Amino acid sequence: MKRAARFIIFYAALFGLWTLLAELKIWPPYLFPTPWGVGEALYNGFADHTYWIAIRVSMMRVLLGYGISVVLGMILGLGVASNKFLEETMGGLLVSLQSLPSICWWPLALLWFGLNQNAILFVVIMGSLLSVTLAMEDGRKQMPKIFGQAGRNLGAKGFKLFWYVLLPASLPFIVSGLKQGWAFAWRSLITAEMLYLSLGLGQVLMMGRDLNDMSAVIAVMLLIIALGYIVDGIVFKSMERHLQNKWGLTPAS
Amino acid sequence: MSTQSVPQQFPIPGMDPSTASTNRRYKSLGLIAVDDSRPGTSLEIPKVALHDISLSYRTQSGERLLALDKINLQVQAGEFVCIVGPSGCGKSTLLHLIAGLHSQTSGEITVDGKPVQGPGTDRILIFQEHGLFPWLTVGENVEFGMKMKGIPKAQREDKVRYYLKLVHLAKFEKSYIHQLSGGMRQRVAIARALATEPDVLLMDEPFAALDAQTRDLLHDELERIWSETGRTIIFVTHNVREAVRLGDRVVLLTFRPGRVKSQFPIDLPRPRHLEDPSVALTARDVLAELREEINRSLEAEYNAGVKPHIEPGVSA
Repeated sequence: MKRAARFIIFYAALFGLWTLLAELKIWPPYLFPTPWGVGEALYNGFADHTYWIAIRVSMMRVLLGYGISVVLGMILGLGVASNKFLEETMGGLLVSLQSLPSICWWPLALLWFGLNQNAILFVVIMGSLLSVTLAMEDGRKQMPKIFGQAGRNLGAKGFKLFWYVLLPASLPFIVSGLKQGWAFAWRSLITAEMLYLSLGLGQVLMMGRDLNDMSAVIAVMLLIIALGYIVDGIVFKSMERHLQNKWGLTPAS
Repeated sequence: MSTQSVPQQFPIPGMDPSTASTNRRYKSLGLIAVDDSRPGTSLEIPKVALHDISLSYRTQSGERLLALDKINLQVQAGEFVCIVGPSGCGKSTLLHLIAGLHSQTSGEITVDGKPVQGPGTDRILIFQEHGLFPWLTVGENVEFGMKMKGIPKAQREDKVRYYLKLVHLAKFEKSYIHQLSGGMRQRVAIARALATEPDVLLMDEPFAALDAQTRDLLHDELERIWSETGRTIIFVTHNVREAVRLGDRVVLLTFRPGRVKSQFPIDLPRPRHLEDPSVALTARDVLAELREEINRSLEAEYNAGVKPHIEPGVSA
């Protein structure tokens, strides 16, 4: 109750301040729109299907790119964690590559794939692959060895050992990495989409700029925040809660 | 030192004590699937045999350390053998070798006369703790080994129910591991091990982390389960009383390098209890010899800075 009250007060104050600043007209409306203007832009965007299409296109891309990242990252991470040679050679490379902002792959992707979907997908994968890989590697190392031993002892080997033992055993240790990978994938996607006529949310955002329509710009920004938050807050939160219940881990407070 | 006798048979109420084969005796209870016609299960060939097992490894400071030195040991089918020794004698490592989770430097381990090559579900290891899978329910844990073997679902469910009943945990099939007490967890571990129907149960200080009352209770249960299922059990512990209370035979290992120092056949009648005077008396004999080794281990700890708790692959 108290928490809800604080929540309402904070957002009401924020909203009030915004309205006040907009109504005072310190800046011209095309630079600083009112909340109503943004609301209207949102309504129009959904009414003429622009936003629906953009959301659909962007979500499809990020799901595909992120999915590929997770599969590749798990294989890579597991390989690096269980092979000394790979760890000593590739481990350092992976860490250093992570300091490269994913959009830096854009020029390379353009030359390799041309100005199309695949270039965007490539940037998304490069954005999230490394965090998933590093998380998997770390998770595999943190996971108590006894699970692997018990699994082998009970007759699991090869893919079965990975699927039924090593993967579930390392999940609590990699879920934060998976979450981070998602955040990177989402950011990389929007960035890449802003750079050409991609039909996605990034392009719609740039369209607002091209039309000098600040209300539309802010509306799309809100959409991007909301979508990222929904996935983070619903998908990953419930996954974490599920794991905590099973393992009996107390949630970090 | 390595001469073995057929384990002392203990009287089970209502059983014909003249039955010759331990296997047949348990089989007649209808509780186990010991197949006498299978090669190697006859009593002439030991269930588990260790021939000149040595293990050395490189410590972190780079020197080679001999952990196990030419261990010879034979365990008969249906026998309950306890291995005791000071910390650092490599007794846990020995179990890992038998389980096939690690390889010895030299020597050979055979089960039913066939050399051990890697892990196999005929030998299941029960760990001191944390060996259960926390992401699975109790029932799924017990089911795990059978699932890996590809046993059909309906059959697995029956077995899960049977073995959970055997360890008195039938009501907890749907619980998760963290919801159970330490003693219950070890019972799940025993049920999980038995459900894969191993010939040999390897128990690595399974009750060391439990409180005394729970441990007493589990001793009784283990003795009962052993006599009901007729498994061969190799049980590692640092607790001499526990070894004497449970074992047909107690094998004493020396401090590093681990060698078989002596063996004590335990002929006390079953069921036994930890506080039986005869158990205490026998334990005193074993302890007298063990004490020399403990002193040696303490000396080593004080002197050269050797850390006696390092055993390869055993610690996480």
